[in-house]
Formats: sequence, structure tokens, C-alpha cells
Amino acid sequence: MDGALNSFLLLSNFVLVPGMAYGSQLAIGALGVTLVYGILRFSNFAHGDTMAFGTMAVILVTWLLQAWGVSISPLPTALLALPFGILATIVLLLLTDRWVYRFFRREKAAPVVFLIASVGVMFVMNGVVRFIIGPNDQRFADGERFIIKAREFKRLTGMNEGVAFKTSQGLTIVTAVIVVAALFWFLNRTRAGKSMRAYSDNEDLALLSGINPERVVMITWILAAALATIAGTLYGLDKSFKPFTYFQLLLPIFASAIVGGLGNPLGAIAGGFIIAFSEVTVTYAYKKFLAYNLPPDWAPDSLMQLLSTDYKFAVSFVILVLVLLIRPTGIFRGKAI
Amino acid sequence: MSFLSGENMTGGYGGADILHDCTIGVEQGEIAVIVGPNGAGKSTAMKAVFGMLNIHQGSVQLDGEDITRLSPQDRVAKGMGFVPQNQNVFTSMSVEENLEMGAFIRRDDFTDTMAQVFDLFPILKDKRRQPAGELSGGQRQQVAVGRALMTQPKVLMLDEPTAGVSPIVMDELFDRIIEVARSGIAILMVEQNARQALNIADKGYVLVQGRNRYTDTGAALMANPEVRKAFLGG
Amino acid sequence: MSKNFNRRAVLLFALMFAALATVGFAQSWSLALAIVNLCLISAVMSLGVNIQWGYAGLFNVGVMGFAALGGVAGVLMSVPPVTEAWRVGGGGIAISLMLAIGTIVVAVLAARHIPPGNMRRLVLAVIIVAGFFLIRAFFDPAVELIEAVEPAKTGFLGGLGLPIILSWVVGGIFAAGVAWIVGKIALGLRSDYLAIATLGISEIIVAMLKNEDWLTRGVKNVSGLPRPVPYEVNLQQAIWFQDWAATLGVGVVEFSSIYVKLCYAGLFTIVLLFVLWLSQRSLNSPWGRMMRAIRDNEVAASAMGKNVTGRHLQVFILGSAVIGIAGAMLTTLDGQFTPASYQPLRFTFIIWVMVIVGGSGNNWGAVLGGFVIWFCWIEAEPVGLWFMDMLTSGMDEGSGLRKHLLDSAAHMRLMTMGLILLLVLRFSPRGLIPEK
Repeated sequence: MDGALNSFLLLSNFVLVPGMAYGSQLAIGALGVTLVYGILRFSNFAHGDTMAFGTMAVILVTWLLQAWGVSISPLPTALLALPFGILATIVLLLLTDRWVYRFFRREKAAPVVFLIASVGVMFVMNGVVRFIIGPNDQRFADGERFIIKAREFKRLTGMNEGVAFKTSQGLTIVTAVIVVAALFWFLNRTRAGKSMRAYSDNEDLALLSGINPERVVMITWILAAALATIAGTLYGLDKSFKPFTYFQLLLPIFASAIVGGLGNPLGAIAGGFIIAFSEVTVTYAYKKFLAYNLPPDWAPDSLMQLLSTDYKFAVSFVILVLVLLIRPTGIFRGKAI
Repeated sequence: MSFLSGENMTGGYGGADILHDCTIGVEQGEIAVIVGPNGAGKSTAMKAVFGMLNIHQGSVQLDGEDITRLSPQDRVAKGMGFVPQNQNVFTSMSVEENLEMGAFIRRDDFTDTMAQVFDLFPILKDKRRQPAGELSGGQRQQVAVGRALMTQPKVLMLDEPTAGVSPIVMDELFDRIIEVARSGIAILMVEQNARQALNIADKGYVLVQGRNRYTDTGAALMANPEVRKAFLGG
Repeated sequence: MSKNFNRRAVLLFALMFAALATVGFAQSWSLALAIVNLCLISAVMSLGVNIQWGYAGLFNVGVMGFAALGGVAGVLMSVPPVTEAWRVGGGGIAISLMLAIGTIVVAVLAARHIPPGNMRRLVLAVIIVAGFFLIRAFFDPAVELIEAVEPAKTGFLGGLGLPIILSWVVGGIFAAGVAWIVGKIALGLRSDYLAIATLGISEIIVAMLKNEDWLTRGVKNVSGLPRPVPYEVNLQQAIWFQDWAATLGVGVVEFSSIYVKLCYAGLFTIVLLFVLWLSQRSLNSPWGRMMRAIRDNEVAASAMGKNVTGRHLQVFILGSAVIGIAGAMLTTLDGQFTPASYQPLRFTFIIWVMVIVGGSGNNWGAVLGGFVIWFCWIEAEPVGLWFMDMLTSGMDEGSGLRKHLLDSAAHMRLMTMGLILLLVLRFSPRGLIPEK
């Protein structure tokens, strides 16, 4: 019995808690992609680098605050810097829209042109971020590192296995709940939010109803900027910040959005958790887990890892492929076919 | 000149002209119907009145004001409501939200208007929380008309409101439309079901190849043997 | 119109060669030829992308992956086989390969014979999972054995020991094979999905090349690939070569370097001209006209009974094969295979900039774009550094900001490329040499 409980704790520590945190980060990232898709009808390749830009802004303000001695310990200072990062990212995205996308909107350009333009934007943002903060790893988490440490957990419960709960993980999950609740309140309860849904649902009819498309687009970019900065900062606090990693996050984020159904916010959240848990469970080494649950002489020698962590992107990709093959509109029926 | 009138309209979607010197008008509290064979430019004529295509000759007047150069959105603000033929509801949004979106340009309290719409279409009140995409065809048309009424328009324009609904539902819908007209709103509609539509029409326009062929009261057109023979199937 | 167009193209190409000659006179001919060689490869690659984008409007974000497949073909064809590794692990790898094929065959048979529904999904899942574990049972020990064979020198299976030039064909075939799979999945859906699927597959291909040490030595790289052209050292020792250099009045060392680069340039030019000739022929054939008709109005073409998805698949495979060929050529030129060098910015996006700047849909434009952009990419670094030097010359020698700016000059290239792409897309979407 103890073995079962210990193995459950083991899974909680290495699969459940990290999966929840990663899933929340992906979900918030995918929400940004899906909102932009729902309103502007293109997959925004610059979203990963928008996240990088937002996180960079947060890091810079964090350093400034740290230099001034401002702190909200035990919480990370980055939380204080977050609003400033969001503001900077909003300015960036609104300028990008004004200088790049608005022209193609007026031209009524094909979706693929927007796609390519977003790749160009990605290039520029990538360059800006590397130019300002450099291509290397940055750690900016401060404050208390753990809500509960594995050792404390063991001492408190007397179990063999401990569950560590990092502050960044707890923060991620709490923030995700707040962000999602706020976003859904906005979309379902406010006039501006409803006008966004209406525009996404039926552009022509929205125009007939007097909804101003430029305003809807502006609100969308503001939301996308906020979501990207929050997702990027949480990911950076949890792991670390490196511009190239954020570019690579694009694939799991797109996969999350498509799995859930592009353009459907609820789907983006579900997709985020599906991708995160698949990644974590497939790349987890089950050796110790099996040792608890099998008779001693059956215990495996190898790591019992289904897939090396180097291939975690393959997991997103395989799920993406399955969805495209079986149900291209995604689980929650998005807009696209 | 009528309350709403498109005078001598000539134009098209950018290529060859579809409308030629076409004139259409309607008075407040009246129903005007545009009928004609397929491809006669019925919907085009209506869209021209609403500003959805460019006319390079002629003008559109509303209540004595020239609105020829206004965009459709601006015409909505001037008191024109338009119900497109297809995709005329927000399918993913509830009935109530559809009506709210109809009232988007209004900054005042529109609960009274919504209550009036629910009085007109009681079934919508029961289904107010359901997504419009889940409703039957007839109910969707009611939502579409209700959405357009939310701005309290002076003119309501309907593009084939009975397309694809059963005859019983069609009669019901026409009754409602008459009710709307009795409240003082001018109604201009395009109809495929010419006979039934002319029955309730105060005024009828028969278009052929983008030109006015016959213009008269609904009853007179119904009585005209040529019209009956050519357009109403005998 | 056509005459004007030709004059413009000729003028632009002349300018390009003048720029290259300037490098030759001002810096060195060896450097100029090094740039030319990479320009030639870039031109082939951008022809490949142009086939996909210019002919059919397909957006491939995985150019890097297809180029890397070509690169690995270079290793697998040219490196001599490592007999010891084959002896210890070859059997295990062969069995796992057969098991993999077996699993796929069984899965396909099951899919054909069981009616669609949850039952079929369950059976397929069981077959695939069981197959996965079975393969791993043979594969893992074999890999361990192979990688233990002299890890500092080999630690992989090696290749076939054939002339490396064959890998150009094989690289094309590899890329075509993967393109077929990706195209089958993602074509016929929205254009976004092809973009995302190609992004994903290219990340995975590069991850595999970095981590499957038994096949590619991973990040330990494979260097010293055999060459299709003579080695400089041998030339320098050959009497006839020394005489020739003396007659021309050039130093033997410099002349050998130029000679080797000229040999490469000759080979690459042959490939470029061949691909260009084929592209031009196909573009002006009924097939090419149909492709453009589909690109310009997919709905109408589909309504006229054209199999749009099928045509797109053809074009996608052809374009990817050309990219694979260019990838193999690049590995041949480098003489080594370094998986870590496959960066999406360097391999995917710069190629896109080439096509769009050159003129999408126009093969001559794609070639010119390949030359111009590669030239700018190479020359942007010294220019950027010089610019930064100028900018910061007023600053204090030890200033942190100055150091940061000088270090960051390299990232300016990314920004510049992005800006060029956006500016061309907006102000001159038809490129330097527009489609006729």
C-alpha cells in the first residue's frame, strides 16, 4: 500500500505538478494565438518572439527594481514588473499592427500573406530581443524558491517520496486561473468582449451591426500582448529565459491551439494541458515508478523512458498530426478547416 | 419622392453594370416588395439602396436627405436596418447576445426594444440563452429580423427572408413583417415567393435584367394578366 | 514589355557580378569565390522554395529540415562504413527497421479491414504501441553497442563509402520522401497548417540528427567528408600545377585555393543551370500553366475538376527535393556535417527572403535573390561591425554600452533581414524581377 502511495507521490512530483504548470503556460500562450487567429484569421508566427519581447521587458524592469531595492519577497519581483512589461508589449504590437498588418488588411490580402508578414515581424522582434538582452540564458526569479520542499514534505508526512512545489509553479497555476477567468469574463460579459466574439463569428454581420473592425483588432492585440507577456514571464520564472527557447515554444503553442480548435479560447486551454501532459508523461523516466509497483526482481534496469526529452517537440507534432488527420477542426470545433 | 428611395440607380460590383436606371422606393408603414426572375438584380438593387455596391448614376434618399455617399455602417446609424439572406445571425452567440449586438451602436438603455422584439417573436424569449446556431431555420430568421430591429430603424430591408423555410413558417413570418410595418416602419424586401409576397405588399417592383419592368401596388400587379403570366406562373 | 523585363534582369545580374568582382579586387578572389559558391547553393535552394511558393502558393516553414536531410545524405553516402559498428549493432538496427516496416504494414492492413469507429482506433493504438516497445527492445541495445565503438573517432555506423556527389541525388530523394508524408497530412487544409506542420517536422529532423549518434554522430559532427574535387595539398605538390601557377604568376597556395573553389563553382553551376532549365521548362508547360491557374484561383480550378490537392502534393515534393539537393551540396562544400549549425533563421527564413526579394513566381528572380541576399548576409556582418564602430567611436573605450553594442552587431543581421522582407512585401511585393 505504501508502495502505491509513494509511487503516486513520485508521479505528482515529476508529472502532475510540472505538467500543471507547463500546461498553464502553454494555455495562456495558445490563448493569444487563438484570439489573433479568431479575429485576424492568421496563425501569428511572431507570437513566440512576442513572448520573448514581453519577458525581456519584464526582466529589465525587474533588474531596475532590484537595483532600487524594491522587493515583494517571498513573491518574485518580476510580478511587480509584469504590468510594465505588458504595457511595453502592447505598444510594440500596436505599432506592428499599424506599420505592418493594417496595410494588408486594407488590401484584403490573402491569409498566407499575413502569415509571411508575421514571419518577417518575428525576425525583427527576434533581432530586437537579442540586440537588447543578448542570446543567452537569463535567470530573474528571486524571492522564495519553494512553497514546499521535497525534504520538508517527507519530514511532514513520513513518506519515502517527497513532493516539491516551486513558487513559480504555484504562481503559474494561480495566475492562469485568474487570467482565464478574467478573459472569459471579458469575452462573455462586456460589450467590447462580445463585439470581439461577434466579429470572429461573422465579420460581415458585425460590420452591419456597426462594430468597428479597427477597434476590435486593437483590443485583440492588447489582449494578445498581455497574454504573451504573462505566459512568457511565467515560463521564464519556472525555467529560464532564452530567446531561442521562446521561438521553439511556438510549436507546442500552435499544437495546443489547433488541438483545441483554432479560434476557440476554451479549446486553447484544453489543448495546452493535453500537449503539456503528453510531453511530460512521454518523456518521464518510469524506472523508479515501476520499482515501487513491481516485485523486486522484476524491477527494470533501464530508465524506462518512452522518449528522450530531446524529442519533446515530437510529442506536440505527433498530436498535431493526429488531430489534422482525424479532426482538423480540433476538439472544440474551431473556425478553420 | 418616397421616404426611402433609390432613384435611377446604375451600377454593379466593379465589372459590368447590373442595374440600369433602376428606381425603388418605400413609404413609412408600408411594405414594398421587389420580385423578378433569377438574375434580375433584385438583391443587387436592394444592396445598392443600402450602399453595398457602387452606383455611378442616380441617388439614394432617406427622409429627404441624400445618403448616396454613405457607407452601410453610416446608413445603419441613420436608421436603416438590413437583414442579409445568408449567415444573418451570430451562430456561436446566444439569441440574447445576437440582439445585444444588433443594438451595438446604441449607447442608451435598449431593454425596452428587446422586450418589444420578444413580444413580436415570443419563441425567442424562451430560447434567449441558446446559441443561435442551434435554432431551426425559421427561428434563425426571427433572430435575424430581431437583430435588425434592435437599432429601432425607420427602414427595415430584408433579403429573401423566407428562403429555405416551410410554407407555414413563411406565412407566420409574413404576419410578423406586417405587424412590424403597422408600427410605422418602412419595409423593403426581396422575395422569391412572388405571389405570397405581393399579397402583403403595398407596392411591388418587378425587375428584369436590372431594369424596372412593372411598378404598381401589390394588388394591381397581382391583377395584371401579363405579370401573372410571366412571373407568377399563370 | 518583355524586352524591358529582360533588360532589367540582365542589368541586375550584371550589377550583382560587378559587386562580386569588387570583392575580388578589394578583398581577395578566394573570398569572392567562397561567396559565389554559397550564392550558387542559395540560388538552388531558393529555386526549390520558389517552386513551392511561386508556382503554387505553398508556404514551407521547414526549409531547414529538408536541407538537413540533404546534408545527412552526404554523410550516409560518402563516409566509409564502420565495420566494427556494423558487426556489433548492424543486426539489431536491421531487425528494428524490419519491425518498424512490419508495424506499419500491420497497422495499414488493420486500418483497411476493420470498419471505421472506436474499435479500429483501439486496434491501431494497440498495434502501434506494441510495435514501439518491440522495436525499442532490439533498437536500444544495438544503439548502445554501436555508440561504444571508438566513440572519440566513430561511434556510428558510417556510410556506404560511395562518391559524395551521389548524395546530391539521394539527398533530394530523402527530402522528397519526407515531403510526401508531410504533404499527405497537411495539404488540402488551410495554408496555416502546412506552415505549422513543416515548422514541426523540420524541428524534429534536426533534433534527430543532433541526438541519433549511431546514425550521424550527433553533435560530435562528422568531419573530413571525401571531396568530389582535388585537395589543395595535393595540388600544391603536383609539378604541373606548380608550373601552371608560375606561368600565371600567382602564388601556388593561393592558386590552389582558387582552383578548388572554381571546381566547386563549376559543379554547382551545372546543377543550378540544370534545375533552372527544368524549372523554366515546367513553368511554361501546360502543367506549369495549370499550377499558376490553381494558385491564382483555387476555387475555380477545383470547380473545373482539377485535383488541387494532388497538384499541390507534386509541387511540394519537387520543391523539397530541390532543397534537399542544395542541402547535400552545402555539406559537400563544407566537407563536414554539423547538425548544430542548422538554425531556422539561417536556413529557412533567409531563403524566404531570397525568393520574395528576387520575385516570387520567377525562376530568374529566385536565382538573383539567392545571390543578392547571400551577398548582403555575408557583407552585412563587417558593415554592421563597422557601423557600430562608427556609432560608438565617441564613447569611452571601457564603456559597457559600447561593448554591448559591438557584441550585438551580429544580431543586426536578423533585424535587417526581417525589415527587408517586410519592406519588399509591402512596397514591392513582386520583387526585383517580377513574374511575367
